[in-house]
Formats: sequence, structure tokens, C-alpha cells
Amino acid sequence: MGEEVLPVKSEYDIIYVRGSGRNAAARIGFGAVDQCRITTAISELARNAVVHARGGVITIRTLEDDRKGIEIVCKDEGPGIEDLELVLAGGYSTVGGLGAGLAGARRLMDEFDIKTEMGRGTTVTIRKWLR
Amino acid sequence: MALQIPILKIEEFLIVSFQTELSDREIEELRESILEKIKEQSARGLIIDITALGVIDSFLARSLSSIASMANLLGAKTVVVGMQPAVALTLVELGLRIRWNLATALNLEKGLALLRKNLREEVTSLG
Repeated sequence: MGEEVLPVKSEYDIIYVRGSGRNAAARIGFGAVDQCRITTAISELARNAVVHARGGVITIRTLEDDRKGIEIVCKDEGPGIEDLELVLAGGYSTVGGLGAGLAGARRLMDEFDIKTEMGRGTTVTIRKWLR
Repeated sequence: MALQIPILKIEEFLIVSFQTELSDREIEELRESILEKIKEQSARGLIIDITALGVIDSFLARSLSSIASMANLLGAKTVVVGMQPAVALTLVELGLRIRWNLATALNLEKGLALLRKNLREEVTSLG
């Protein structure tokens, strides 16, 4: 329970973090479909960090205040995203589909928040609540 | 790292089974081996078994689609078999704009039947 902080530098880390995410989701009590949604969303964020920002750090957190849920934060120090609106509309389909990935992660989760600053990096936070 | 995924041949078809989660590079290597093997064996069909996969993200989805398109150019039809229900649901929700140049079937047996049927129809229409 609690919190896991995992570096994502390589393609192999993508596989590792999404495995950790699936385990955390299962522990929290998410069913098979939600586990798949969460794992897929993590994979999109992790790949985004590896491909576009030369890596980042992913934090997987169990939420259990008034509601149970899972929060994943993906933080990188990459170039930032210039046209956020276009990316979130899934408009970018270059380099393995950056836009499709982020837009997809947003669709799979209950909450999605992104902060990006040119030259400083991008932080994406996603949450899913247990129903 | 050398990839050891067997590409099996049955009749005029190739069968590839994803048994573990692959890295992006491994998927690209596998794509090349599949295409080489199609040419080498003059295969008319390709079955990709994804029963063991618990996640298909946008990268893998695009890779499957591109393998199928390339195989098609080499004269082999692709059937993806064994997709888990949760994976199918998630893939639809991801909302990717992909042209799926492939067929799907519930399992290996049905995939093989589909390829055999395609091949028979092709032969009939030519004759």
C-alpha cells in the first residue's frame, strides 16, 4: 500500500512500471477491466516520458481518504508540450503517437491533469476511483 | 538482446504467439522476422496469438496494424486471435485512429479456419 516511486528511463522500465501499476490496482480492489484501463494508461504516460523526454519518474499512489482509488503521477524534465490542446485532441500522431497516447490515457481514467512548461518538463496526473 | 519468439508454420500459414510482454524494440525485431519468414516460406496467412497479453497500448496497437499491412503487401492475410475482453474494451476506449488491416478471431482454431476459408475463396475466384 501507500506509494511507489519508479524511474522510467528505458523501454524495459515501461513494462516494469505498468506491471507495478497493475499489481497496485489489483490490491486496491479494481476489477479486470479497470486494471487493464489503468495499466494501459500508465503505459502511455511512461512511453511518452521515455520517447519524448528521455525518461521521467512515475509515482503510483493508493488513495484512501474518503474514497479508494489510484493516482499515477508521471513527471519528466523534457522539452514540454507546445500545443497541448492539439495533443489532447489526439492530433499528433508522429513518433509512436504522442497525442493518441495522452488523449487515450485521459479517456481511460476518471481524472486527468497536465502541467507543461516549455524547456522545463511535463507532469501528468491521472486518477481512477473505485466504484 | 536476441529475441526468441518462435514463428511456426502450419500449412501455408505462419503462427506467432506473444507469450510475454515485449519491449518496443523487441516488437520491431519481431516484425522484421515475421516479414522475412513470410517471404521465405511464401506464406499466405499470418496468425498472431495475443491470448497471454494483458495490455495493448497505442504503440502495440499501431505495431500490430503495421505488421498486418506489411504482411498484406507480401500476400499474407493477418488474423489476430485470443484478445481478452478487457483488452478489447480498453482498446476501443483508447480511441486510436488506426486502419485495421486485419481480421480477428476468438481463438487459434477459428483463426486458422478463417484463413483456410479465405484461401479457398481466392482459389475459386481465380479458377
